[in-house]
Amino acid sequence: MEVVSYLVYLIASILFIFGIKKLGSPKTARQGNFLSALAMFLAVVITLFDQRVLTFEYIIIGIVVGSAIGAFMAIKVPMTGMPQMVGLLNGFGGGASALVAFAEYYHILNKTNTLDISTGVTIVLSVLIGAVTFTGSFIAFGKLQGFVTGKVVKYPLQNPINILLLLIVLGLGYYVVANPTSDLILLAVVGISLLLGVLLVLPIGGADMPVAVSLLNSYSGLAASMTGFVLQNNMLIIAGALVGASGIILTLIMCRGMNRSLMNVVLGGWADAGSGGTGEGLVLKVMPNLLTLKN
Amino acid sequence: MEIHELIMLIYVFALAVFVGFELITKVPPTLHTPLMSGSNAISGITIVGALLSAGLEEFTISTILGLVALIFATINVVGGYLVTDRMLKMFKKK
Repeated sequence: MEVVSYLVYLIASILFIFGIKKLGSPKTARQGNFLSALAMFLAVVITLFDQRVLTFEYIIIGIVVGSAIGAFMAIKVPMTGMPQMVGLLNGFGGGASALVAFAEYYHILNKTNTLDISTGVTIVLSVLIGAVTFTGSFIAFGKLQGFVTGKVVKYPLQNPINILLLLIVLGLGYYVVANPTSDLILLAVVGISLLLGVLLVLPIGGADMPVAVSLLNSYSGLAASMTGFVLQNNMLIIAGALVGASGIILTLIMCRGMNRSLMNVVLGGWADAGSGGTGEGLVLKVMPNLLTLKN
Repeated sequence: MEIHELIMLIYVFALAVFVGFELITKVPPTLHTPLMSGSNAISGITIVGALLSAGLEEFTISTILGLVALIFATINVVGGYLVTDRMLKMFKKK
């Protein structure tokens, strides 16, 4: 059975590659999305046969609740609200990766009472990137939706504060790896990472938000990939890395289209350029393609 | 995990990153948002990890975290694919 599941995971990985490739061309895009959905379906089904999966009631609850919410959101959202929708969904994905890493941390600790260095490091990275993606994406969603001001929010010592917070998170992460039973410290890593996500996206103006959503999308891929390291699952690593890498390329392409440098994006420093107000600017900038297609 | 296991995983990661870099070189602007949305759905692959945690034999804190992760990941996957398909449907009418 184990061999079968490895082979199915391999097939899923290949389908994901074809899926993304086909998504890049108008003629094959829909087929690409279908292939990637098929890969996801295969991956989920074969995972249900994993020897670790022994109880199904929570799985059923999770899938039913998640599918209902996801489908409702996807059907209800207006066409002009797509970028914020992607941002919102992306936040859930990042949050899920962080939660899985945290669950795995407790699982391994309960079973063996220790945590080896490689697993510890990847758990910390997964929690860090996942939590940053989670709050960052929700702020991006709020800005595009108008819940959070679309204006550039400046606060003093913006970049030094963010770099300091990142260093603190890495220091605490090191502490967790060295002292595996300190789960409160890992909780602190979560807390500061959540704060970091807010602070990184808050300074970005509403009109620049699609690029930020694209970058956050890349982050959530990376977070999934790190979770793959924690679980030692090659397919997770591959799918996550594909999204992470292709997401960076897409972000660069979008940056070029808007005359921005990626460095500014990463540092969240769009303070001086284009404070384009709320999401409307964005719709005009990024969505004309979709709008014209409609006609 | 043993160091050689970690190295193998890093190999896989590094190669997949390069594949990802090569996958989308020339994407027309019309496809930027759908592509972002489609690959966002793929990052919901972390659902696999959520299933493994939510399906553990004994009920622990890992199960609870796994359940919440599963709900989040399923929202990402189901919502992501549906929304992408909705966007791409518009291309067909052309």
